[in-house]
Amino acid sequence: MRWLAALLLSLSAVALRADSNLPPAYWSDRQLPDPRQEAQAQALMAELRCLVCQGQSIADSDAELAGDMRDLVRRRIAAGERPAAIRSWLIRRYGSWISYRPTAEPAAWPLWLAPLALLALGALLIRRRIRLRGKA
Amino acid sequence: MIAEAGLAALWLAAGLAALQLVLMIGTLRGATDAGRAMRVIALVQGALTLVAFAMLLLVFATTDLSVALVYENSHSAKPFLYKVAGAWGNHEGSMLLWVTVLSVAGAFLALFSRRTGERTLIAALGSQAALALGFYAFLLIASNPFARLDPPAFEGRGLNPLLQDPGLAFHPPTLYFGYVGLSVAFSLAVGALLTGEVDAKLARAMRPWVLGAWIFLTLGITAGSYWAYYELGWGGWWFWDPVENASLMPWLAATALLHSINVLAARGALKAWTMMLAVIAFSMSMVGTFLVRSGVLTSVHAFAIDPERGTFLLGLLAVYVGAAFALFAVRGATLKEGAPFELVSRETGLVINNLLLSVILGIVFLGTLYPLLVEAVSGEKLSVGAPYFNSVAGPLALLLAVLVGVGPLLAWRRERRPVLKQLTVPALLGVTALAISLIIAPRIGILPRLGLTVAAYLAAAAILPLTGRNPLRAPLATWGMVVAHVGIAVGLAGMAANAAFTQETLAVTKPGERLAVGPWLVEFSGVTPTAGKNWTAVEGKLLATRGQGLVTLKPQTRYFTDPPTATNEAAIATFWNGQLYTVVGKSDGEDGWQLRLWWKPFVTLIWLGGALVGLGGALALAGHLWRLRRRHGASAEWHRERYA
Amino acid sequence: MSRAVRFAPLALFVLLVVSLIWRLSTPVDPTVKSRMVGKLVPDLVVPAAFPGQPARPLRNASCGPVVINFFASWCVPCIAEAKKLAELKRQGVPIVGIAVRDRPEDVADFLARNGNPYAEIGSDPQSKVQIAFGSSGVPETFVIDPYCTIRHQHIGAIDEGDVPTIRKQWEGLRK
Repeated sequence: MRWLAALLLSLSAVALRADSNLPPAYWSDRQLPDPRQEAQAQALMAELRCLVCQGQSIADSDAELAGDMRDLVRRRIAAGERPAAIRSWLIRRYGSWISYRPTAEPAAWPLWLAPLALLALGALLIRRRIRLRGKA
Repeated sequence: MIAEAGLAALWLAAGLAALQLVLMIGTLRGATDAGRAMRVIALVQGALTLVAFAMLLLVFATTDLSVALVYENSHSAKPFLYKVAGAWGNHEGSMLLWVTVLSVAGAFLALFSRRTGERTLIAALGSQAALALGFYAFLLIASNPFARLDPPAFEGRGLNPLLQDPGLAFHPPTLYFGYVGLSVAFSLAVGALLTGEVDAKLARAMRPWVLGAWIFLTLGITAGSYWAYYELGWGGWWFWDPVENASLMPWLAATALLHSINVLAARGALKAWTMMLAVIAFSMSMVGTFLVRSGVLTSVHAFAIDPERGTFLLGLLAVYVGAAFALFAVRGATLKEGAPFELVSRETGLVINNLLLSVILGIVFLGTLYPLLVEAVSGEKLSVGAPYFNSVAGPLALLLAVLVGVGPLLAWRRERRPVLKQLTVPALLGVTALAISLIIAPRIGILPRLGLTVAAYLAAAAILPLTGRNPLRAPLATWGMVVAHVGIAVGLAGMAANAAFTQETLAVTKPGERLAVGPWLVEFSGVTPTAGKNWTAVEGKLLATRGQGLVTLKPQTRYFTDPPTATNEAAIATFWNGQLYTVVGKSDGEDGWQLRLWWKPFVTLIWLGGALVGLGGALALAGHLWRLRRRHGASAEWHRERYA
Repeated sequence: MSRAVRFAPLALFVLLVVSLIWRLSTPVDPTVKSRMVGKLVPDLVVPAAFPGQPARPLRNASCGPVVINFFASWCVPCIAEAKKLAELKRQGVPIVGIAVRDRPEDVADFLARNGNPYAEIGSDPQSKVQIAFGSSGVPETFVIDPYCTIRHQHIGAIDEGDVPTIRKQWEGLRK
């Protein structure tokens, strides 16, 4: 089910739409010199959704805006800002949609409660199937 | 002429499906006795759809541009293989493939099912016909693959180079054999619910079908993941994209079904759960087809969308799945379960396996549809992606992997031996792996670390069923189980290694400069322009070494004109202990080029594991079929013991 | 098996179908709206598009009411929009332009070809201002009130029908 043109066109292809004449921002395609910071930056970039190519993270997207956002993330992490703060800052501007990691807002609680709820439900359904030792 | 023949065959097949359904209803109500007639009709129906599909292949092979579909999706300059593969590389053609597999599966069901009760088989054939009928209607009314173009076109439009890849050509048929193969399990379950004959005999009849479909799904998903990895140039192998999830959900349901069937076959228990899983598995296939073609979810994989078609598919989905769930609700009360299972027994192990797989399935389902549900209720937009799925499904999958090592060691009914003693060596191996990972890689995440631990443990534990006996005398089905479970361990090791040890170097590089990635030193020689049949490219040349020897890699950025797109062709070098994955990106406006290099230790284990899982399934299927043939007519008692 | 358990799958499925019907009838809106509407304008200093001209802090004594238009010389819909912006300028609405990812020469070229409706033009070579506004593409237009608060966002090119709307929005904010 993954084989039609649209699939490939969006992911690996850079549609030759109107693009600016400027080269990519400095930190959009360069790694930070400190490997710890770079790892933090990459982890964050993988969790931020690209606003242009909406099925990708900014880490994978070829869109210019994605490159600029990568530049922004790296600069801020290099300046010492924590990834969570950068994510919140972006969420305040674009809404929770931009974060692939569901936030702590009430709308997302069912997601986090679901695993426990499902396990509990399952345990309830099978409780009569298993004879625990000691019970008749 | 050919196209019209195909269309006529399709209409005839649809008519026969309707007849089959009517006969089923008549026979079950006692008005007639059409068992033999139904079998013949099912066979003819299968043959007719094969004819229709063959006609479609023919018009694509000859690039008959008077057929609209060929005009839209083919081109006279396409290599022959891709001309033919183009037949299923579009919406209408793939739906025809779907229907063909559906009706051919029905034909095989009619031919080969000797072990099911007669009434159940008739009901199942009727259910299969009902399924086919809806999809015939969809094809004939809303997605006619044989529509003519008048006047015929001069040249086709479909020379999209991205579709001309062997992996992509064979991916759909492999997956469709899986998705649609599950329809037989669905029909058998529906049939058994109608007749009330839910028992061990049914389970043994269903098992080869489920195994067969599951093998195709496993291999199809594994191949799809590898294709995406090497073709799309971002170094990842799974994105938890909605369409990827749509392909995973039937697999999860089928895996749970496979194991549940074993309990039903061996002990006549877990009737309700097994029937429900059989219904859910094919329902997930249909939900997946709907999601991918309707535009309902944002995905890079979504097809060109037609909301009208989406509505038709939703209608089919609502009718089929709704009817099956309603049947379950009404008839579920008649499914009597036996005595509870002992705590330490294989049955209980399989119940917990079922539970964990179902919970994982529920989580993937909820996560995929949650943004839609939230927006429907409150208008708010949120995203659910990899961080959610990894952190929630990951630990559950690890827990499941631990139990996979224990379950096969347990006896049916009640395990009295101290089984945990057998696991001492695997547990020690796991702890050793954990300790080594702490020493050589103190900074990796907890999930990858646990993944490595569990993989080491499971690789040893999975082999235990073959020890303590002559391995050559062990049944083929046992070998299949062992190979598949070892495959899980191997795949898990690959996933964990990839997450823990991948190193990436990303830099804007000028010719002559060197970059380090992992143990490798890579020199960038510069870029040269090249060209292919329908593309021009910028090709980078990289010389990589890690001590001895020199490896040359030539990643490209290709530019196509028809349609205008650019793609990244990664250059990958594979070694015994990993892959060097290289991509060349954009120019910085001067003489520097953006290079992205990864060293991915043991990443190929991911797909090797998937292949092993599929191989294990094939061995188990071979074992079951061989035994069926040899022992056709043997007593049920004998079977129950041998399936331990 | 209790009736609740037997009917639960069907009930859940009905819920699912209802949501899918809803989704089919309300097509997906891919635009990402800014959450900065109602909040203060970002506290940034935007450099001028042309060298030699002063940079402008977004928050200052005379914040607005003003219309801020994000545009670019490489943005195709911006060409048609330029005429509508000229119309707004004729009606007395002050417009500040911010050129996203653009070189001065390309901006000059664009203005020469399509007219200059802007009172001032800033430059945003790395989309920093755009991101700070919660804007996700060009062209986009924001209306700012005298208290430096963003009051309206308009996504996409301004067309005939939008000109009076924006004019009214701006007028309504005048003290």
